[in-house]
Amino acid sequence: MAYTVVGKSVRRVDAVAKVTGKAKYTDDFYERDMLVGKILHSPYAHAIIKSIDVSKAKALPGVEAVLTYKDLPRINYATSLPGMIGDVLDDAEDEEERIKFGTAGHPYSLDPSHRDVEDRHILAKKARFVGDAIAAVVATDELIAAKALKLIEVEYEVLEALTSTEAALKEGAPLIHEGRASNVLASGGFAIGDIEEAFKESDHIFEGEYETSIVQHCHMENQTSYAYQDMDGRIVIVTSTQIPQIVRRVVAQALGIPWGRVRVIKPYVGGGFGNKQDVAIEPLNAAMTLAVGGRPVKIELSREESMTDTRTRHAFKFKIKTGINQDGKLIGVHITAISNTGAYASHGHSIAGSAGGKFRYLYPTKALKYDPITVYTNLPVAGAMRGYGCPQIFYAFESHLEDIAKRLNIDPIEIRRKNFVEVGYVDPVSKNKVTSCSIRECIDKGKALIKWDEKKALYKEQSGHKLRGLGMACFSYASGTYPVALELAGARIVLNQDGSVQLQIGATDTGQGSDTVFGQMVAEVLGLPMDMVHVLSTQDTDISPFDTGCYASRQTYVSGMAVEKAALEVKEKILGFAASMTDIPVNRIDLVDQKIVFKHSGESVLTLEQVAMQSYYDLLRAKPITSDISNNARINAIPFGVTFAEVEVDIKTGKIEVLEIYNVHDSGTIVNPKMAEGQVQGGVSMGIGYALSEQLLFDEVTGKALNNNLLDYKLPTIMDTPDIGVAFVENHEPTGPFGVKSLGEPPTITPAPAIRNAVLDATGVSFNRLPMNPQRVFEGFKEAGLI
Amino acid sequence: MFKRIAFSVNGKAFNFEVDIRESLLEMLRNRLGYTGTKKGCGVGECGACSVLIDGVPFDSCIYLAVWADGKEITTIEGVASKSGELSEVQKAFVDEGAVQCGFCTPGLVLTTTALAGSGKEYTQDELKRELSGHLCRCTGYQSILKAAEKSLEGHICTCVDSPHYKQQHERNEG
Amino acid sequence: MYDIIGYCEAETVSEATALLAQNPNLRLIAGGTDVLIKMHGGQIEAVELLSLRKIKSLAEIRKAEDGTVVIGAMATFTKVFNDPILREVIPILTEAAISMGGPQIRNIATIGGNVCNGATSADSASSLFALNAQLKLVSQQSERLVPIREFYLGPGRVALKPGEILTEIHISPADYQGFGGQYIKFAMREAMDIATLAVSVVCKLHGKTFEEVRIGLGVAGPTPLRCLEAEVYAPGKDVSVESVAEIGKLAVNSAKARTSWRASKDYREHLVEELVQRALKTAIVNAGGEQLV
Repeated sequence: MAYTVVGKSVRRVDAVAKVTGKAKYTDDFYERDMLVGKILHSPYAHAIIKSIDVSKAKALPGVEAVLTYKDLPRINYATSLPGMIGDVLDDAEDEEERIKFGTAGHPYSLDPSHRDVEDRHILAKKARFVGDAIAAVVATDELIAAKALKLIEVEYEVLEALTSTEAALKEGAPLIHEGRASNVLASGGFAIGDIEEAFKESDHIFEGEYETSIVQHCHMENQTSYAYQDMDGRIVIVTSTQIPQIVRRVVAQALGIPWGRVRVIKPYVGGGFGNKQDVAIEPLNAAMTLAVGGRPVKIELSREESMTDTRTRHAFKFKIKTGINQDGKLIGVHITAISNTGAYASHGHSIAGSAGGKFRYLYPTKALKYDPITVYTNLPVAGAMRGYGCPQIFYAFESHLEDIAKRLNIDPIEIRRKNFVEVGYVDPVSKNKVTSCSIRECIDKGKALIKWDEKKALYKEQSGHKLRGLGMACFSYASGTYPVALELAGARIVLNQDGSVQLQIGATDTGQGSDTVFGQMVAEVLGLPMDMVHVLSTQDTDISPFDTGCYASRQTYVSGMAVEKAALEVKEKILGFAASMTDIPVNRIDLVDQKIVFKHSGESVLTLEQVAMQSYYDLLRAKPITSDISNNARINAIPFGVTFAEVEVDIKTGKIEVLEIYNVHDSGTIVNPKMAEGQVQGGVSMGIGYALSEQLLFDEVTGKALNNNLLDYKLPTIMDTPDIGVAFVENHEPTGPFGVKSLGEPPTITPAPAIRNAVLDATGVSFNRLPMNPQRVFEGFKEAGLI
Repeated sequence: MFKRIAFSVNGKAFNFEVDIRESLLEMLRNRLGYTGTKKGCGVGECGACSVLIDGVPFDSCIYLAVWADGKEITTIEGVASKSGELSEVQKAFVDEGAVQCGFCTPGLVLTTTALAGSGKEYTQDELKRELSGHLCRCTGYQSILKAAEKSLEGHICTCVDSPHYKQQHERNEG
Repeated sequence: MYDIIGYCEAETVSEATALLAQNPNLRLIAGGTDVLIKMHGGQIEAVELLSLRKIKSLAEIRKAEDGTVVIGAMATFTKVFNDPILREVIPILTEAAISMGGPQIRNIATIGGNVCNGATSADSASSLFALNAQLKLVSQQSERLVPIREFYLGPGRVALKPGEILTEIHISPADYQGFGGQYIKFAMREAMDIATLAVSVVCKLHGKTFEEVRIGLGVAGPTPLRCLEAEVYAPGKDVSVESVAEIGKLAVNSAKARTSWRASKDYREHLVEELVQRALKTAIVNAGGEQLV
């Protein structure tokens, strides 16, 4: 389909603001007499607070407030703002009386059984990981706040730290959350067909075990927020978040106050990658401002805090059993998974659920059984991270399938081709339909880009200690959460006097470029140049249309529907207004190049500006042209793609170098190729880190993080990043606005298995545990007798 | 404790007492309002807070404000012309799509500005090395490198005489 | 904000030593890339700083008349890397300098600070060990030259006496003239990283035999160290793949690697053997020998 603006690499709407330093992020705003809030973190992974004495901290000059669990709102405590927190100070020791809340960035559900687990207090009475927030100080400056934290005297009863899922699951293990039957947060997946029958029918049965590690988002901007009470006593929170509407709701829930008493503002955000699809600091920030009479209080997490005290990626352990025929046709797959969610539920079992749900589309089999459990441990809290379970499950399965191909002596690409989904497939669980699929073409393209056949032949005979190999891996994903959760999006457009428009969306741009993409959609529908579309980047829960936020790679597809609708409505109103001005029947005119033209001849009738001016100032007819759309997307679209990688492995040192890597995506129409390419490159880079170097490490006994800083946590630098090739196979997804499907998260999914498979190709050694860092590779080669 | 210092930021002269406990980053952001300088780690591991001091990039988070005495400091706010026209480096970052979340952008624009102004020639590997003090989580560095190469057009060489280049080369070959 | 309770700066060495003599609580700060980071981490609190940043003479790098290379303690890693004298006579030090951190860190971190921090991972250390560097330590009362091997006492501990300042690093001509060298930093990343192992090798050849080999290792023990057993073995041996392999094996005997979360003892020792050989093979070529195949 031919578009004018959609499909063009127009300049990002915020690029100039960002290269000139004008773009304001949360910490760039300044309120007079802003106080500083700091958090006392538990030094123990699992401990009960026997006593806590804050008197010395309170007495320190410059300290304005000290908060502990005792200061938190009690359940059903009827209160009026302001000054709530101070009023409820008492000696009630029972933690259960305090409000518990869930933090995941999911839309609220009217169905209580579908809500996130509420297992968290703003400040804990029982520490569940090293870093758990125990107390907080509000002071006039950060040094005083830091000093005050040291003056808080806490007596802990230290319990056994359960630092692995094995420890948490063992018989008689202490409970991390009292009142639960075990440390299992949730379990349950799905079963399609009869797996045992399928295994019986299969020519071969293969089994494998795979393990992924805990990694961290490392958005360059740490979590930062500030909060104050406005003149009406409402709590205003300015915060670096992907989900302002959810932050508003969770803060209100955590404080037990009406949701309308909270206002959340999202300025520019320095990256989120899922970590800011969670409510990590805002409830405490709100409590802090309440404790000081509504004065502004800022929380700015340090990098160290951001890396361990917010969220991480769930580590998974998989066992896969696969029945397959001699010709490579998959018959039955049984996947069991143990997901480590850390100390609190956060997104909890949704990650494991999403992994299985999104995996289902790629290789439909007669029988597929998925049995995940999500387990609490005394490690930092795992939450959403780019890919939401898919980097884990596709690493496991694409590694497994590669091993099978090798054993059956089938070409790894052919084995995949034999099993790919076809257009028209209806997923038996979600009932989502695959309405477009170009995975086969993606493979052709990737194969050509990396010169697969040529190099495969070349690398057959290799000697020396540096060996090269090729690998690939495929994925499927989704374009939002339907039918699991609500997919509501909002857009508002106002036609200005000069014929330009303002676009407000509830969807949040956290760096990925959604503001620009939405601007392009509006420009496309209204026939405007980009500089006539003004996109308001800030979301404010008081002002912006309702949208659930930035996650699930949903915005271009889901929020795009609302934007398209809003633009169409504005167009209709413009033409209607023009018709009323000219008496030309509305079906005879169109809006082209900022002009109202006759459809039959293209002859100009009016300028858009004339219509706009009349819409504001005509004494009789004036009625400014606006639209305010909410769209509930009850549909989904499945994107696909593949990573091809070439590696060189130094057998003697265990170092793996990625020589070439290509990601080829089927994401429907690409709205902005240059930005899409950048999005993919960033995702691949994150995937390379996941494959080779990144891992948050913990002391096995104490649960203390060993490398929660950017020196010891090895995210790739520019010198570690190879050229990243990107290609798209565009098709028109019939359900998407302008034919789009999702793109944001998918690039991160398959670099790790592709690299792993390339290492296998080069060396004959299967690495079934991430990351494949030099130490691990050395151990693997030693075990394999290569060194 | 305070100490009087004199320095300039983007050509504007300052002379006042700074808190000896303050970093240059804090002074620039909190006292002078140059909030384009970003804080990503506070310990010189990410480069988001980079500014040019006498034309050379430094991490302002681990540079005490008192050390700015007598220095000419350039922040991201001082890169475009006074009339608001973007510099060639800024244009290259915009045109090459080197900007995503934008948090690492000010530091990278400044370092690239210093490289473009140095008059030196760089190989691609050297250029990467010069940019390696900036972490970025959005772009995978591809577009950033392109923007830097565009900014240094005519100053990218394929020579192999740099010792560093030699080592890299040997590592790849040997 | 850093937890600093006092700050003074000196413009000459004598001023600095006098201030230090007056107030032994003063903590020296050079580039600040170690001191400020320790303050950020809470390992240093309520500190009174004495800045050496204004002592211009300490940033010089020169060759003395007798050929001794003199590196001012306040020379930054960028300066060390770009210095034409060092590039010519001891490239293993300039290579080490460029391997450190990233450009912004190298623009401020000083070689003196790197040494005085006492870390086994100090990027300059393995090369300075291989070069038999001597450190000039100056106090108000005295001045002494200490071989770098005697300077490192343990992790984070060095032989600076109260009141002393490291002012210069000396490398004598006997230790570099006629030598070829090679430095290898093995780390998880190519920039902004600390070494898993650092190897610095210099060798001098006599025809087809080794005259002298010196091997400095970083992160192979609690302090940087030399591989004396291998160094004793080398002189007189034919320059061959076999002797290089033997030197690699013997180097492991000097390593005091331990297992940490960063790497296992086993792996580090394996790297010592492998990378000493790789470094030595290049050093041989740089010393005028033929490439071993």
